[in-house]
Amino acid sequence: MSSPLALGPVRPVPLSAINPVAQLGALGVVLPVLLVSGDLLTPLVLLAAEVCLLPAAGLGRPRALLARTWPLLLGAAGVAWVNVLFGDADAGGWSSAVALAVRVLALALPGVLLVASTDPVRLADALTLHWRVSTRFAYGALAALRLVPLLATEWQTIRQARRARGIEPGRNPVAHARLFAGTAFGLLVGAVRRGTRLATAMDARGFDSGVPRSNARGSRLRARDAAYLVGAVVVCLVAVLVSVRAGSWHPVLG
Amino acid sequence: MRLTGWGFRYASRHAWAARAVDLRVQPGERVLLTGASGAGKSTLLHALAGLLGEEQGEQAGELAVAGRTASEARSGTAIVFQDPDAQLVMTRAGDDVAFGLENAGLPADRIWPAVDAALAAVGFPYGRDRATAALSGGQKQRLVLAGALAGRPGLLLLDEPTAQLDPDGAAIVRAAVDRAVADRATTLLVVDHDAGAWLPLVDRVVELLPGGGAVEHGPGWAPAPLRVPVRTSRAAGEVLLRAEAAGFTHRGGTAPALPPTDVAVPAGRTLAVTGPNGAGKSTLALLLAALRGPTTGRVTAGPSLTAGLPRPARPPHRWRADHLVRRIGTVFQHPEHQFLTGRVRAELALGPLRSGAGDDAAHRRADELMERLGLAALADANPFTLSGGQQRRLSVATALATAPSVLVLDEPTFGQDRDTWSELVTLLAEQQEAGRALVLVTHDAAVVSALADDVLRLGPAAQEVVTA
Repeated sequence: MSSPLALGPVRPVPLSAINPVAQLGALGVVLPVLLVSGDLLTPLVLLAAEVCLLPAAGLGRPRALLARTWPLLLGAAGVAWVNVLFGDADAGGWSSAVALAVRVLALALPGVLLVASTDPVRLADALTLHWRVSTRFAYGALAALRLVPLLATEWQTIRQARRARGIEPGRNPVAHARLFAGTAFGLLVGAVRRGTRLATAMDARGFDSGVPRSNARGSRLRARDAAYLVGAVVVCLVAVLVSVRAGSWHPVLG
Repeated sequence: MRLTGWGFRYASRHAWAARAVDLRVQPGERVLLTGASGAGKSTLLHALAGLLGEEQGEQAGELAVAGRTASEARSGTAIVFQDPDAQLVMTRAGDDVAFGLENAGLPADRIWPAVDAALAAVGFPYGRDRATAALSGGQKQRLVLAGALAGRPGLLLLDEPTAQLDPDGAAIVRAAVDRAVADRATTLLVVDHDAGAWLPLVDRVVELLPGGGAVEHGPGWAPAPLRVPVRTSRAAGEVLLRAEAAGFTHRGGTAPALPPTDVAVPAGRTLAVTGPNGAGKSTLALLLAALRGPTTGRVTAGPSLTAGLPRPARPPHRWRADHLVRRIGTVFQHPEHQFLTGRVRAELALGPLRSGAGDDAAHRRADELMERLGLAALADANPFTLSGGQQRRLSVATALATAPSVLVLDEPTFGQDRDTWSELVTLLAEQQEAGRALVLVTHDAAVVSALADDVLRLGPAAQEVVTA
């Protein structure tokens, strides 16, 4: 399954060779540049560079790409549309709306690259080993993530169980809202119960018991991770320089 | 392991969960712990695993594991619970087995040999990279067991390890335990509702008594035989529900969850639906219960079932819920999915109220059902706080409250102890006497032989209805 919420092990793609922390670092480099740039050219150059990386993340085929990014594309289109409708016509109208949509895409695409190429377990390993993120948080979150796909099945079962008890909203919107709230509450109760049991099981396996935790898989930072980071800096510089040269650079801040 | 006059009381309860237990277990011994539900079996295992501290409640007497307190001895103890999905942490099999070793701070170069040894010890048939989400229930529980054994514990505690598995899965887990403790390096303490199946594997059987204390059973002990009501054969009445080439495929799925199936449910007969996991048993139950519409073929209702409906030609899954509950009742595998109120009495009155009965009539019906099913003392209790057996009885009672002609039950005896099992089978036999049609989805061969008139076996090969 290639849904945006697939939580199983991620199939390795060429980009998986880059350590997750290096990818997060690159994200940290690109992010401020995108946030400050107010023109169309800067985010367009960055977006082009990101698109070049898509095949390396196994998203070369339009189908695979669309399956991952359709909510994102919809969001960007929405942002542009709202700006055309309600934006100040004098401030650029269409062109500023398009610039905004490109910025949204350029901001979100590194996240898509990270998710498509990074196994959640490797991410937790990298975060705890290199950035000293608490193991309690990283592996606790990992365990909780495993339960998310179970919630979808649970939701359906609760709805069916309610119909079997004679509860159905019919055409009344208030009844719809009440049923939704009731189902959500039932789901929450179930999730808390299962979560508590999971916590007990992890406790029994010595999780977070005060002993310094070792890591069986390890997480190595190599030269290529540094190269990836440098690459991100270079692309940002190029984007800004092109924009300045073209005379379109006008930062939002300062 | 030694317990002297041991007892425990949870902080939130008045009554002792276990008391006056004396027990001594030598290293390498294998002990089966039995007792009625509520006798404190699970509490004892939790205490031995060092999971009950002062925050959880009050302890009486002495409890020592290898001469130390349970929490001091914790690194040498491993415990396996019922639900494998609430025990697996990682997305890959090998990583999950390594999880406990990492927590103990074992260096990485010593972890993987220990992981491989544990996977081999339980006979795990896949590699380390196998996704845990793709495993069957039995294989998941086998993996949980490997994770428990990887640290080479001196004491292995199993708390109902097969309660959520089908017979094949349960056999897989028992075989894995058998292999894992073969060298006698591990002391084993098992609690399981299916005591008989563990007898070949254990040296001793100890029963915890509900009032407190424990008795040792001699060799040759066997659990009391199941009490089964006397069968009377009934002639088939009018067909109430009929599936004609009814199948179901999940949205976006390629293989059908249920291939096209033909089956009839006549009044006064009981149909058992059996077959391995994934054959579509529960899906068929949902179609017959009108909780889901088929994606191919159709499900139709007979005239005596559609009588009184404003639009009798509509397929059952399009019926309004309040019309449905007076015609077809459903009992889900996990009772807690069905409970909607905070009190047993309100829970039973809900169905009649929703289907148009007056307040007085609904509560009269609730009182009558509570009286008959022995729930009267619990009228004001919260359904979620009842024991497993009581919850099961209540969930059947809620379905009966609206007097439906058809009752659909999904795995009604799953994980139940022998007393609850007998109570339930007796209750269902009464429904047969009352002329109701029953559809039972079950793995339990004893239920099939006790109640079923017809058996539909779903499977990869062919589907066939056999008259019992």
